[in-house]
Amino acid sequence: MPEPMGFFTDTTVCIGCKACEVACKEWNQLPAANGGVRTLSGNSYDNTRHLDGIHWRHVKFIEQFSEDRRQGRWLMMSDVCKHCVRAGCLEVCPTGAIIRTEFDTVVIQSDACNGCRDCIGACPFGVIDINPVSGTAQKCTLCYDRMKGGLEPACAKACPTESINFGTIVDLKKMAQARLGRLQHAGERGAYLYGADDTMLGGLNSFYLLVDKPEVYGLPPDPRIPSRNLKPSALWSVLGAVAITLTSIVSFRKRGGGDA
Amino acid sequence: MPNTFFTASPHWRWLIVAYFFLGGLAGGSYFLATLMDLFGKSRDRRLVGLGYLSAFPLVCLCGLVLTVDLGRPERFWHMLVQSETFRPMIKMYSPMSVGAWALLLFGGCAFLSFVAVLAERGWLAWPLLRQLGPPAFVGRLVTVIGALLGFYVAGYTGVLLAVTNRPIWADTTLLGLSFLISAASTSAALLILLGSWGGVSSDGIQALERFDGSVLVLEALAIAALVASLGRIAMVWLNGWGLLLAVMVLGGIALPLYLRRLPDRASRWTIGPLLVLLGGLILRAVIIFSSDRL
Repeated sequence: MPEPMGFFTDTTVCIGCKACEVACKEWNQLPAANGGVRTLSGNSYDNTRHLDGIHWRHVKFIEQFSEDRRQGRWLMMSDVCKHCVRAGCLEVCPTGAIIRTEFDTVVIQSDACNGCRDCIGACPFGVIDINPVSGTAQKCTLCYDRMKGGLEPACAKACPTESINFGTIVDLKKMAQARLGRLQHAGERGAYLYGADDTMLGGLNSFYLLVDKPEVYGLPPDPRIPSRNLKPSALWSVLGAVAITLTSIVSFRKRGGGDA
Repeated sequence: MPNTFFTASPHWRWLIVAYFFLGGLAGGSYFLATLMDLFGKSRDRRLVGLGYLSAFPLVCLCGLVLTVDLGRPERFWHMLVQSETFRPMIKMYSPMSVGAWALLLFGGCAFLSFVAVLAERGWLAWPLLRQLGPPAFVGRLVTVIGALLGFYVAGYTGVLLAVTNRPIWADTTLLGLSFLISAASTSAALLILLGSWGGVSSDGIQALERFDGSVLVLEALAIAALVASLGRIAMVWLNGWGLLLAVMVLGGIALPLYLRRLPDRASRWTIGPLLVLLGGLILRAVIIFSSDRL
């Protein structure tokens, strides 16, 4: 049985080259957006803008500048599916198209998906979307086909600064802790690991080293599993059904004129 | 910023709004017909029949709308059968998965009751088919099971929205309750409309009116509780969607309650029910679209 595999993304060494995006698109044969017509975001040098059905990797540019623009910094982060140990998408998928693989990654089987889109709203990170060519929900597979062949995912292979690290979760966690220690020793007190422990959705198999609050990177501070609402919602609905039944008894029985 | 604001929209638009509305009407018409059959008078038979006659075409429309909305409509059956192994596909903790089965089984019950009413009214010349409807034992069993499924179909759509991570939907646990109560009020309105047009005895319609009046009050309370349960997030409704929700409460709940007090039947049995139906549609549209834009 293979060990759980994943990504450790060290955002402090990302230079925003987007080689990972290109490698992902090329390997997975993802179509161009908007039929290949160039569209600019207009508010950033990042024109990919977000993850979706045809962008399974997205290098975020976070541009932090003071009012007078004398001080500033750029944060770069190559975002991807988190391959959550407790995955919301997998939980809600009604067709069984979303599976957990032998590598502990989460994969959407495009031939089984019928495009109901329940997984899109269930993902706490906004990772999944419909691929307009296939009509099905799609996202990063952590290059399942390459892993089966003993290769590392295309994005990690292409990353020139080793910001994207691929390996076993055990090794990646050791690597991340060592890197965090070095950064903190060097005075980067704001550095921390996001999703490396099992308190966040049982652990993210794609976790990050960040130097600012999660919200700054467009990440939820406390992502949660969608089924948390199942029992209370169902109980309220049952209560509603009881109230309707009681109302009907009172309304339909309270009449004169016998049973005729 | 709340966690739900970092997620992506599933692009559920008018077809899903239509399904939520029609599903509420289908389930609601059926369970109301059954409740009226169980707790009403024998002179309500025509109204009961109208409920069963409405439920089946409505549930057929639901299936059609849901299928068309899929990214791959030809794979609709993947909801029920595993495409590789052909084994049944069901996840008890996925509202959409259980909902697909509930819709199928409810459709079966609605069909049997539909046929039974046709036989009872002499439009189908097989007297044996009358056994599929009450008071026959088999018929009663079908309607009670169908009513339970009808409650599920009418309410699970709200639970389905709550079991996501989207703004508004996943920030409250009262959507299922609100949709269920709205399904009851809109279905009662539909039966009042159909009953008044079909010349049903005024006594039965008045009983439905009483029921609808009480349920509309419950609906107003449920919507108030829903807004309160959202807390700070309810601020996102300080826009056109919030205004539309307020219009829905005033025009789809308060105004019909006022019209009930008027003596003329046109206001009570036509305008009032039409407003309730429109209100039910607006409620679902506001819930779906206001989250979609966030």
